[in-house]
Amino acid sequence: MSSQHYKWIGTRPNRPDGADKVTGRARFGADFNMPGQLVGKVLRSPHAHARIKSIDTSKAEALHGVKAVVTAKDFPEQPNQIVPAGEMQANLRDVTRNVMAREKALYDGHAVAAVAATTSEIASEALALIKVDYEVLPHVIDVDDAMKDGAPILHDHLRTDGLTPPSDKPTNIAKRLEFVKGDIAAGLAKADVVIEREYKTAAVHQGYIEPHATLASATEDGQVQVWSTTQGHFQVRGFCSRLLNIETSQIRVTATEIGGGFGGKTVVYLEPVAIRLSQKSGKPVKMVMERSEVFRASGPTSGGTLRVKIGATRDGRIVAADTTIALQSGAFPGSPVGPACMCSFACYDIDNIKVIGFDVVSNRPKVAAYRAPGAPIAAWAVESTIDLVAEALRMDPIDLRLKNAARKGTKTHYGPTFNTIGMVETLEAAKNSPHYKTPVKPGHARGVAAGFWFNVGADSSAAAHVGEDGTVTVISGNPDIGGSRASLALMAAETLGVDYDKVRPVIADTSSIGFNFVTGGSRVTFATGLAVVNAVRDMIENLKGRAAKIWEVEPDAVIWENGYAKPASSNVGKFEPLSLAQLAAQAGKTGGPINGHAQLNAQGAGPGFGVHIVDLSVDRDTGIVTVERYTAAQDVGTAIHPSYVEGQLQGGVAQGVGWALNEEYIYDAKGRLQNAGFLDYRMPVASDLPMIETVLVEVPNPSHPYGVRGVGEVPIVPPMAAIGNAIARATEVRMLDLPMSPPRLSAALDAMAPKRAAE
Amino acid sequence: MAKVVLTYSFARQFAGGKTEHEVSGQSIRHLVRALDERFPGIGDRLNEDMAVAIDGVIHQNAFLEKIAPDSEVCFIPALQGG
Amino acid sequence: MSKLHVTTTINGEPTEFLCDARETMLDVLRDRLGLTGTKEGCGSGDCGACSITVDGRLVCACLMFGAEAEGSQIGTIEGLAEGEKLHPLQKRFIELAALQCGICTPGFLVAAKALLDRNKNPTETEVRYWLAGNLCRCTGYDKIIRAVMDVAAELRGATR
Ligand code: FES
Ligand code: FES
Repeated sequence: MSSQHYKWIGTRPNRPDGADKVTGRARFGADFNMPGQLVGKVLRSPHAHARIKSIDTSKAEALHGVKAVVTAKDFPEQPNQIVPAGEMQANLRDVTRNVMAREKALYDGHAVAAVAATTSEIASEALALIKVDYEVLPHVIDVDDAMKDGAPILHDHLRTDGLTPPSDKPTNIAKRLEFVKGDIAAGLAKADVVIEREYKTAAVHQGYIEPHATLASATEDGQVQVWSTTQGHFQVRGFCSRLLNIETSQIRVTATEIGGGFGGKTVVYLEPVAIRLSQKSGKPVKMVMERSEVFRASGPTSGGTLRVKIGATRDGRIVAADTTIALQSGAFPGSPVGPACMCSFACYDIDNIKVIGFDVVSNRPKVAAYRAPGAPIAAWAVESTIDLVAEALRMDPIDLRLKNAARKGTKTHYGPTFNTIGMVETLEAAKNSPHYKTPVKPGHARGVAAGFWFNVGADSSAAAHVGEDGTVTVISGNPDIGGSRASLALMAAETLGVDYDKVRPVIADTSSIGFNFVTGGSRVTFATGLAVVNAVRDMIENLKGRAAKIWEVEPDAVIWENGYAKPASSNVGKFEPLSLAQLAAQAGKTGGPINGHAQLNAQGAGPGFGVHIVDLSVDRDTGIVTVERYTAAQDVGTAIHPSYVEGQLQGGVAQGVGWALNEEYIYDAKGRLQNAGFLDYRMPVASDLPMIETVLVEVPNPSHPYGVRGVGEVPIVPPMAAIGNAIARATEVRMLDLPMSPPRLSAALDAMAPKRAAE
Repeated sequence: MAKVVLTYSFARQFAGGKTEHEVSGQSIRHLVRALDERFPGIGDRLNEDMAVAIDGVIHQNAFLEKIAPDSEVCFIPALQGG
Repeated sequence: MSKLHVTTTINGEPTEFLCDARETMLDVLRDRLGLTGTKEGCGSGDCGACSITVDGRLVCACLMFGAEAEGSQIGTIEGLAEGEKLHPLQKRFIELAALQCGICTPGFLVAAKALLDRNKNPTETEVRYWLAGNLCRCTGYDKIIRAVMDVAAELRGATR
């Protein structure tokens, strides 16, 4: 394998934050406190859609112990345009309204006011004293309903972007996208088999175990400190700066340890509110969401409606692929319909493709990113349809995919031509896995599906400092959500040629290191890793200069090898190699402290592909599906710390199993969320799953010195379709809607039963 | 001359439905400027919410990125990860 | 409201605290005693992040009143290691990467220890069902189950 010539990369040392996290010492969002802090709480709309006629906070303000109350009036109005905030493109008009409802409450759980009080009990009491005069409006939950003429309109100003000619009609369709390659009609005309189906997916939550939490302290001189559990403290700073008109340099955000995010902690909910409450009360304010608030008002990802039509010739060549994808964006525009459209057929080399996407608002919480945003939804529909094609052609599902796999030179339907990619290698690895080579056990059935994600790069900064004893601190600015400290330390140790335990990685706050984009899109090991490698290289240049001074030679007469400065050749002179510790000891005499820095906008993240295999059994009476065996194969570039790479794959699969079999947002007729807790929103537990086998296919990414590719997003893309395909083989029932929960599956099986009896 | 590829809906909105365009320029900045002269208004949108793929490699923010004369440059919807 | 005075033992240390009658043990631990290693994921007994032991019994601290601690022996994650030596479960969790974000980890460790205290030789299925009250959203459970099975084998070896 590719990592053989490395000393540290590809090994599995203990993570630097391990001891803290197994002893309860690690401090997460809710574990930070300040002297004299107040408790902040949010009043949330009980209505799915209502005009806010007035809010009377006087009684709450008069309650003893209440120190501040805020409503939308306390937040400045924002322009209706897309602007950068912490490098995210966002419409601040919408963001400020999501943080605190203005004219209207747009979903059950929408924040309408907040209080800060001396105790939690007083804060709750104060919320009950706030009088909101609502005019309840007709609401719409479902995407298909929201797209219909005559549907309740959420935003009077919204017009569909992407229509030619433009329309001037108020609508819930925020955007229409279209991608075309070749000629779809001509392609379909060539097909021997054409399969067309319509699918639905439910909104699902990221389900991080740690609720959103923040502590904010605004001082009288205008400075602000924030502790927040977030995937991007620089984004928290950026959004708070914009939303509250505070200069970024006045806001210092510390990312606490983070208890899961999966994309859901890349936006702000509590932070601007806590700052405002702190400004008004003159005291630090701590806010922690309850689990029900997490479900009602944060996340989730879109549910959607998709139509897919695929045509293939008898020999298994896919000649035409057509899909329409309509995704819920929640109460404000901005679903991941773009990536859903682009990922849909990205695994395959198909001549004729047409993809249409719609971004649709409805009375649900605004969606947030969730692992490979959009891709799993598209893959559910596309990979199910491809399985139907394989069945119709009586082809092995992996062989069909191999025959049509995207490879270097494949032109995608969204434009770019692929460079080096690993789709074929991943399919072959899945085909050769012990799992696929084992015959399916009696009573079990097997399903296969593939998935794609782009991976992202973007901005990172890093620094490396040598201590006086020659050990090294590596400083970066991305919260460690799944072991990234270990990966960064491994790359630093490898680059510097010292032992892993001589390198200590630290995550700095927004005032202590340059800008870093969010921990998300599987970018940290790639982009921040690149920044760390470059910072260490910068430090090595510095170290070589110090050796040159000591030896009185030119800097380029010195080389760096295995942690030592050495003369480049015997011509330079006879010098004993100088270790990091020796150079550090003399730093004062040779020019002061020895540091390295790097900042970059990482390009070429390199796409990833995954192929999953599942064996499962179905209890025909109850509709309960038992996952018996699962294998995830993925092109991972270079596995820096293989345990955490495997862990990413296993975790993604578990979330995918939940998405496939149980998880969904359930609303009642009034548009109120019915299952805002872990009991009724059922995520997989240990007894629901088998061990999850992984096959790491290492196709190094040419854009990274150690070949790193993002790995965290891809594994959630294939599971739903893999499971649906296996269920279809087990039962002859093709499920078209997610989740394939016991009640739905048993209903579908019952519907089939008379047919079977008649046959 | 680089080959610039726009998404179909973008092309319909701004460029009379034509998705592929020959444009000269040494960097993305130059390409966007040249496109904006041809199709007024397209520049802001390209800078605002589009990512760029240059010869298959996706760039989130490619303002200064150099372009080879025979490069393929695709403007695609911006991405965010989880 | 006047507060209740509670005398108890936490991780072997005699402890006294005052709390409201309706205050949960979780709030007492976190907010009154500064033992923030016990986590809150739901507050309703569904996630296991708040797992503690009460007289050796595994309990969700969010479902217990602080006042119920009177006279009992409470065990939390802070008491798992012995001095500077990590418990074998803690050590193995780190070595096998049985944690990613780590928010569920204290709960899993306390629950796993309670299992091994009563069942030295659990099957994989027994481990999975025992830990079914603890949610982990990051790991897919694979490495957690392996770590617990491993430690069970290791402890059996040590006592043999
Ligand atoms: S916080 Fe007690 S079970 Fe979730
Ligand atoms: S490691 Fe994150 S929830 Fe378990």
